[in-house]
Amino acid sequence: MARLIRTEKEVEGKYTEQWVVVEGDDDALDQWPEGPGEVVGRPATRQDGPQRARGQVLYTGDLTFPGLLQAAVLRSPHARARVKSIDFSRALELPGVLAAVGPEESHVLQSEPPFHGSPVAAIAAESYERAREALALVEIEWEELEPLLDPEQAVREQSFVDEPRSYERGDVDAGFAEADVVVEAEYRTQTVLHNAMETHQSLARWEGDTLEIYISTQFIWGIRHSVSEQLGLPPDRVRVVCNYMGGGFGAKNGPGDYTYIAIALAEKTGRPVRCALTRREENLATGNRNGTIQKLRAGARSDGTLVALEAEYVNTIGWTGFSGPTYGPIEMLYACENVRTQTYGTKLNLPPNAAFRAPGFVEGTFGLECVLDELAARLELDPLELRRRNHADNDLADGRPFSSKKLLECYDRADEHWARREAVRASSEGPIRRGTGLASQIWYGGGGPPSYAWVRVGSDGCAVVITAMQDIGTGTRTAMAQIAAEELGLPLERVRCELGDSARGPYASISAGSSTTPSMGPAVRAAAADAARQIIEIAAQRHNVEERVLSLKDGRIVSADGGSWPLEEVTGLLEDAQILGKGSRGPNPTGMRVLTFGVQVADVAVDIETGEVHVDRIAAIHDVGRVINPLGARSQVEGGIIQGVGHTLSEERLVDPASGRVLTQTLDTYKVPTIADVPEMVVELLDIPDEHLTNLGSKGLGEPPIVPTAAAIVNAIRDATGADVRSLPVTREEMLRALKEARDREKKLATSPA
Amino acid sequence: MLELRINGAVFETDPPVGRTLAETLRDELGLTGTKIACGEGHCGACTVQLDGVPVLACITLVHTVGEREVTTIEGLRDHALVDAFVRADALQCGFCTPGQIVSAAALVEAEPNPTPERVRHAMAGNLCRCGAYPRIEEAVLTWRD
Repeated sequence: MARLIRTEKEVEGKYTEQWVVVEGDDDALDQWPEGPGEVVGRPATRQDGPQRARGQVLYTGDLTFPGLLQAAVLRSPHARARVKSIDFSRALELPGVLAAVGPEESHVLQSEPPFHGSPVAAIAAESYERAREALALVEIEWEELEPLLDPEQAVREQSFVDEPRSYERGDVDAGFAEADVVVEAEYRTQTVLHNAMETHQSLARWEGDTLEIYISTQFIWGIRHSVSEQLGLPPDRVRVVCNYMGGGFGAKNGPGDYTYIAIALAEKTGRPVRCALTRREENLATGNRNGTIQKLRAGARSDGTLVALEAEYVNTIGWTGFSGPTYGPIEMLYACENVRTQTYGTKLNLPPNAAFRAPGFVEGTFGLECVLDELAARLELDPLELRRRNHADNDLADGRPFSSKKLLECYDRADEHWARREAVRASSEGPIRRGTGLASQIWYGGGGPPSYAWVRVGSDGCAVVITAMQDIGTGTRTAMAQIAAEELGLPLERVRCELGDSARGPYASISAGSSTTPSMGPAVRAAAADAARQIIEIAAQRHNVEERVLSLKDGRIVSADGGSWPLEEVTGLLEDAQILGKGSRGPNPTGMRVLTFGVQVADVAVDIETGEVHVDRIAAIHDVGRVINPLGARSQVEGGIIQGVGHTLSEERLVDPASGRVLTQTLDTYKVPTIADVPEMVVELLDIPDEHLTNLGSKGLGEPPIVPTAAAIVNAIRDATGADVRSLPVTREEMLRALKEARDREKKLATSPA
Repeated sequence: MLELRINGAVFETDPPVGRTLAETLRDELGLTGTKIACGEGHCGACTVQLDGVPVLACITLVHTVGEREVTTIEGLRDHALVDAFVRADALQCGFCTPGQIVSAAALVEAEPNPTPERVRHAMAGNLCRCGAYPRIEEAVLTWRD
């Protein structure tokens, strides 16, 4: 029976309530026992790996259609300006140029662009080069306006993207009054850019009365919703396709300017139009992880008990975007009764932010976990012990229990890596100082409904999972096929997954917020179970046995009394028709917090003469529930850590403070890690199913690994050198500043009277 | 009219001045395995070989190719590195992967048993934002297994 449920939905830490329909409920199935099954929990290579590796799969930029035009976008070179006049006549005279759209012809084209890179106009031409040539012929007169660039000035002027947030529990002032030690520090994080290898792009074309959008996206159904609403089209007149996409990391959740530009130009020309952004546009106008200024205060008793935590966060958002939960870790990670936070999301004449792999928590964890180590140093307590003593048994914000939390087990498994620190320190030589640091991780990752899947079993005894989700590079096709194979008792090579098309499958969740596997996996299992039930029912009729003695195993229908038949012997009766199973994702456990946890231990080497920092090793231990594919899971953890290393040491969007122009638009100036920058990594996943969460007990994995990396590295730097790095990235300049500060502090101590 | 030798076949093309090899491969010849991720020679996604030497097709003008044999990922589809990359899980989104394999193929052709340091040096021009690097290193070190 279809059930209508009002349930809480969480994406990237934002909770909303919504109605969902659940049928073929995932709740009806007991979780598989802990540990590897026949297919689930065993390493599987990517099913689409060979095609991707050979360059055979088609990304959005590889698609072509008869009459396809290419768009180029005119973007504001100013941080804040007004278009006084714009004239396309010379541009439109160029052969091969079909159309231009200017300010206000699409809601994404503005006559008062509020940040460098804000789109103003666009041209469609027979080739991209021709469109670019035409852009240079657009005559445009600007009036430059004074931009607001300084976040602290924005706070004073109350220029915010959303309402400032205030939070308090307990009595913070009383907490500080009873503290034996109080640490106060200001931490800063920089703005970083996603830089997925495939730039943001869309191709728009009309097929009869249906608008087709081929797009590199993390959320097919979100694009369908946004575009149909914006254009006033019935939702099913918008078909969204994304079979393969080249990375997103949070920046490809919405349609962006490029989709609407392609639509406007397709409308104007009556031809298909691709709008693919350049790398430079990518680094201007497709989002970023916002910078932060964090004023932190932490108080503890001499035994290490945290008695008060206080933070003021200034998130430097840009012109639009959202002020993420920088406050999340300080409010949720530790059992501190007295916590106060104040958060501002400043509205500036800078490019808007976008979700970026655990938005808010990456930044907030950096400040919190560094302050905790400063506190440990003052208390002369072991940093790992300090964290154990302040372990939170439930969510102190609202008293809810966790659906599962294995952070203490993560700490136990961290012991052996942490115990190496004496040896690591002792390996220092000359100006190279080595040390070890750690940081804890908390983040979401429970996923949720609505999510639906179908499983089709053919006469050949092979199964196809069908759902209109997307694989953003996380190995979704393989993981979904593994889940269905396990339930159907089929070897993995007899199951595959079709996805990527809103016209060819049921509604599926966003691939963001570490939610793909926990949202989709249970629906896929439920659909496979529905198909398995039907197979057993018809097998029972065919062979005149009771259903309850039948099960599916190794591609066969097995009877408890010893008989067995190949699956295809029964399904083969259907000839070209199929068994169709349907499944949906049930709600998350009520009254519980579903979160992921972990800890990372970093070893670093610091050259105290040059300020160069090298990360030698990172051990990552995370609790994300049941692991579906250990091979793909390890890759995602390593990838998250590597992005974390970039965030900590080399990546920074630079803006000219006078003009507000973004200076780092290219991959030679914006330094993402290379293969030569990768530390040794040890990845351990607890792989214990969350007994309260769905029929799988799996949580998401994409984001947790990047959360603690920066703090673990910076705490290792402190261990190696005694220097308090307080600002990311740890450039040589910042490292040398922190080293000098530490030396001055020691001198002062040495000369001050006893 | 230019004659291009690509993956063992000869193609005729009459490109305008300024056309890059990457554009010719992708837009004229439909060889879309060569990816463009930055378009200005910073990321390695467009790597192809000219007479076995890795070059960046997005900043190579097609008129400068001359007699040299162009090898793209389409010419390396049966290379043992493809299996090695899949086995080691050396790709996530896969967008940089063809370029990685073209670079790695040139390396192992010249040095069949490269050291990890050599792999890191030779592959440092091929960016991977998903961070498959440790697996790429493993794949190149174990390519003949």
